Amino acid sequence: MNDTATLPLYGTSADPQPKITVRGLNFFYGSQQALFDNNLDIAPHRVTAVIGPSGCGKSTHLRVYNRIFELYRDQRATGTVLLNGEDIFSPKMNLLELRRRVGMIFQKPTPFPMSVFENVAYGIRLHYTVSKSELEGRVEEALKGAALWEEVRDLLHKPGTALSGGQQQRLCIARAIAVEPEVLLMDEPTSAIDPIATAKIEELIERLKGRYTIVIVTHNMQQAARISDFTAFFFKGYIVEFGETKQIFTNPKNKKTEEYITGRFG
Amino acid sequence: MKKADNRRRREMADLGIKILSGAAAFIGIFFLGWILWTVARQGVAALSLDFFTKLPAPPGIAGGGLANAIVGTLIITFLATLLGVPLGLFTGVYLSEFGRDGRFGTLVRFTMNITMGIPSIIVGLFVYTVLVLPVGHFSAYAGAVSLAIIMLPVVARTTEDMLGLVPHALREAALALGMPRWRMILSILFRAARSGLLTGILLAVARVSGETAPLLFTAMSSPYWMKSLAEPTANLTVTIFNYAMSPFDDWKQLAWGAALLIMTAVLTVNILARFLLKEKTK
Repeated sequence: MNDTATLPLYGTSADPQPKITVRGLNFFYGSQQALFDNNLDIAPHRVTAVIGPSGCGKSTHLRVYNRIFELYRDQRATGTVLLNGEDIFSPKMNLLELRRRVGMIFQKPTPFPMSVFENVAYGIRLHYTVSKSELEGRVEEALKGAALWEEVRDLLHKPGTALSGGQQQRLCIARAIAVEPEVLLMDEPTSAIDPIATAKIEELIERLKGRYTIVIVTHNMQQAARISDFTAFFFKGYIVEFGETKQIFTNPKNKKTEEYITGRFG
Repeated sequence: MKKADNRRRREMADLGIKILSGAAAFIGIFFLGWILWTVARQGVAALSLDFFTKLPAPPGIAGGGLANAIVGTLIITFLATLLGVPLGLFTGVYLSEFGRDGRFGTLVRFTMNITMGIPSIIVGLFVYTVLVLPVGHFSAYAGAVSLAIIMLPVVARTTEDMLGLVPHALREAALALGMPRWRMILSILFRAARSGLLTGILLAVARVSGETAPLLFTAMSSPYWMKSLAEPTANLTVTIFNYAMSPFDDWKQLAWGAALLIMTAVLTVNILARFLLKEKTK
């Protein structure tokens, strides 16, 4: 099995240094190995899609980038992950700062049990000292950035959970971008919401990539083809193929990739 | 024909079980109703302005009230809550967030279960040897400590259970935002589980406010207003115990009044707790 991914070809306008560099990443749930020697480069200001059948390690891989897996005692990663060339596992790396720089959106919307306004304001207050008027400005800006402002401007003091599923997910995106991250990790962000809300979020992702680097795990191959610039195909913990999305979907080099995108398994 | 016989038998068994369990349920509520009715009927006669405002009168002298015992019970329960609730909450946080499967966590969980099963009179006896005998007198704080010991495992276990109901995704979402773990627990988990936690606390308060045995050895009783926490302190449950056994009709009357008061308070707190829990699950 080809377990070394090729380096991507960036668009001509992009920064030559990858935003995230993954080398020799292995991952373990207890004694069970889930990722095998993953190598990947995430291009800045591009959308990278991570696809593959259920249980192939897509989410596991993503959850290394912000070290969220460390919440669970039996999970462990070995190998190198660099963010702008800095080792995220280095003792010098401030974990809270890493997580501010690398935001995450989850499968199910996870609004905090507080008002719409507070959901967004919480993270801002956590990382920045701001005056009340500046805070309000930033919350508005983040909600506008998540294409939610027009819908919630009169509901700012309603609980976040009172919004619809799609709105809640955009609220989570607003919450994530409010702390000015560099990278947004999206773990199947549209799998729990309806098609219309999904279309809105896909549109939003298209807009957000100008400011952020986006890595999205998705089960939906049409979605990957629509919104991503690069695609990594995972299979049984290996990165089987990685390249420009157009190439992966029109001319896959690996037979497994071809079988998966043509729907022969998954 | 065999098939029909079988069916008839099953229907009979079905009916039998229905009648049996219905009867058991009826007996249950019948006795509860009887208790409520008796206490209410006997107690309501004792309730007057004097009952709430006056000190108990010496035997043989009519009138008097249980103002000091009401205040004593409130103070002891309040102190116990002040001690037991934070300890219980944080023990629950440890069990749910840090010691889920560690060896120490398992030990703590096991100890909490055991503590919950210890008869309250033994808790009273323990506090008596530790906080009463060495100083040579009964005290409100000794009473509060013994009630706090009874509250601790109740609050700890409900806290663990209620935090366990908060989805993992919410913890991850908070941490993924760069929130330190302690803040995630205090401001996200506690908020998400607040009505459940409050219910646990209220049930624990209700549970201890009816306790008599631990107070018998610790706060004891007193016919006077309390002047400090370091002296024997009147409280409703021990008063019921003493007065109901006394030969004086006035005192017996006061005991019924105290019983009605406690019963109403515990019932109210319980109903409030259920109401909160219902709000949460809605």
